[in-house]
Amino acid sequence: MRVRFWGTRGSLPVSLTAEDIKVKIVEALLAAAGRNLKTRAEAEAFVARDLSFAISHTYGGNSSCVELDLGTDEYVLCDLGTGVRPFGLDVLARKGPRTPCTFHVFMSHLHWDHIMGFPFFPHAYIAGNRIVIYGCHAGIEETFRKQHAAPCFPVDFSRLSAKIEFVKLEAGRRVRHAGLDVTPKLQQHSGDSYGYRFERGGKVVVYSTDSEHMPDDAASTDEVVRFFRDADLVIFDAMYSLADTVSVKEDWGHSSNVVGVELCQHARVKHLCLYHHEPVHDDAKIASVLRETLRLEEITRSGHALRISSAYDGLEITV
Amino acid sequence: MQVSAVRYSDVLVVAVKGRIDYMNAEEFKAALLPHLVNCAAGRDQIVLDLSRLEYVSSAGLRVLMIAAKEVRPRKGRLVAVSLQPVVREIFEISRFTLVFDVFDSVQDALRALSPKAAAMTHTG
Repeated sequence: MRVRFWGTRGSLPVSLTAEDIKVKIVEALLAAAGRNLKTRAEAEAFVARDLSFAISHTYGGNSSCVELDLGTDEYVLCDLGTGVRPFGLDVLARKGPRTPCTFHVFMSHLHWDHIMGFPFFPHAYIAGNRIVIYGCHAGIEETFRKQHAAPCFPVDFSRLSAKIEFVKLEAGRRVRHAGLDVTPKLQQHSGDSYGYRFERGGKVVVYSTDSEHMPDDAASTDEVVRFFRDADLVIFDAMYSLADTVSVKEDWGHSSNVVGVELCQHARVKHLCLYHHEPVHDDAKIASVLRETLRLEEITRSGHALRISSAYDGLEITV
Repeated sequence: MQVSAVRYSDVLVVAVKGRIDYMNAEEFKAALLPHLVNCAAGRDQIVLDLSRLEYVSSAGLRVLMIAAKEVRPRKGRLVAVSLQPVVREIFEISRFTLVFDVFDSVQDALRALSPKAAAMTHTG
C-alpha cells in the first residue's frame, strides 16, 4: 500500500508568500557560495545533498486529503480538503477526462477544512464517475449539499454529474469497503471526529486527525493504544505543542507531537507521520518540530525504535 | 513515584522522585495538589525540586499544568528546579519552559522567590 499526501495543513489552507520565496532563494544562494555549479544536474545534486528540506522544498499548504493507493483501479481517500484538487488534476492528467473512475472517501469529520476541496474536485462534474463518501456523522450528505448551495457556491450539488453515494459507518465496527478492512473510532473533537484503522494484506495504516487526547486519562489512552496497535503507519494530528494543548488550546480538539510519540511507542507503531500542521507555522518551524520530535523519540526510546516523518504535500510513504 | 516537601520560611520545596506517566499521573496529582492550597501572593511560594525526577510523560506534564493554573489566579509562584537532562529536554520540546520559570538549583529559586527562605538554607 502506498500512502500519498495531497493536503497536510490544518484548519485552513495557506501558501508561501513572496517574502518566503525570497528568503529561501537567499539561503540557497548563500549555501551555494563558492560552489562551481555549472550544470542543472550539479545544481540538483547540490539542492538534494546540501540544502535542508525547509529551504529546498515546502511542507505545502493544502488542507487535509490523503490517498491510500492500493494498486487497484479504484481510488481511496481520507478527507476532502483542498488537497483533493491537485489529486483530481493528477488523476485527470494520467487518465484523461473520459475514463470513468471510482473514488472511496473516508471522512474524519465535516469541518470546513476537511470538505472545502470537494467543489473543486473535477471528477464530481464528470458523468460516469462514482464517488462514495463514508463517514460516521449524521447528516454528511446534507453538509455537502449545503456547501454547494447559494450563496456559498455557484454550482448546486444537484448539478454534479458524477454518481455520488453516502455510506454511514459505525464507530468500533470493522467493515470491508474498497478492498480494505476499515474500523472507525470516535475521537475527541468539537462535533466529534473519527479516526480510521485500515488493514489490507497484513499492513495497517491509521488515519487519526483532529483528535484531542487527554494524556492523564488512562482508560482513553489504552483505547487509543489498542486502535494504533502494531500499525505500520499512523497519520497523527500534531498541530500544537503539548503545553498549548493542555492550556490555552485545551478543548480545541487537537493534539501534539509529544502525545503522538508516546501513543505510538506504547502501541509499538512502526512509523509516525506528523500531520495537520498549524497554519501559522512556516517551513522552518515545521522542520524544527520534526527535529525535536525525533530527539524526543531518541531520549524516550525503550527498545522499540519509532520512525518519524513530517507530512508534506507530495509525500509518499510505502507500507 | 514519590512526593515530599520541606519548608523554608514562606517557600515550600516539593521534591518529586521517580517516573511519571499516564499510569501514575492521577497518583501524582493527588500527592502534589494538597501542597498548593496555600500558594498565593503574600503566602506560600512553591519550588518543585525535580532533581530526582527521571522521566515525565505528557500525563505528568498535564498535572503540572493543572498545578500552574490552580495557583495563577491567586498570584502564587510555582517554579521548577534542577531538571535532569532528559526531563529538561522534554520540558523544552513540549514548551513547558514557557509555562514554568526553571532554575538550576533550589538555592537559585529561593534567592529569586524569598530572601528570607534563601537565608534559612544558608544558615542550615
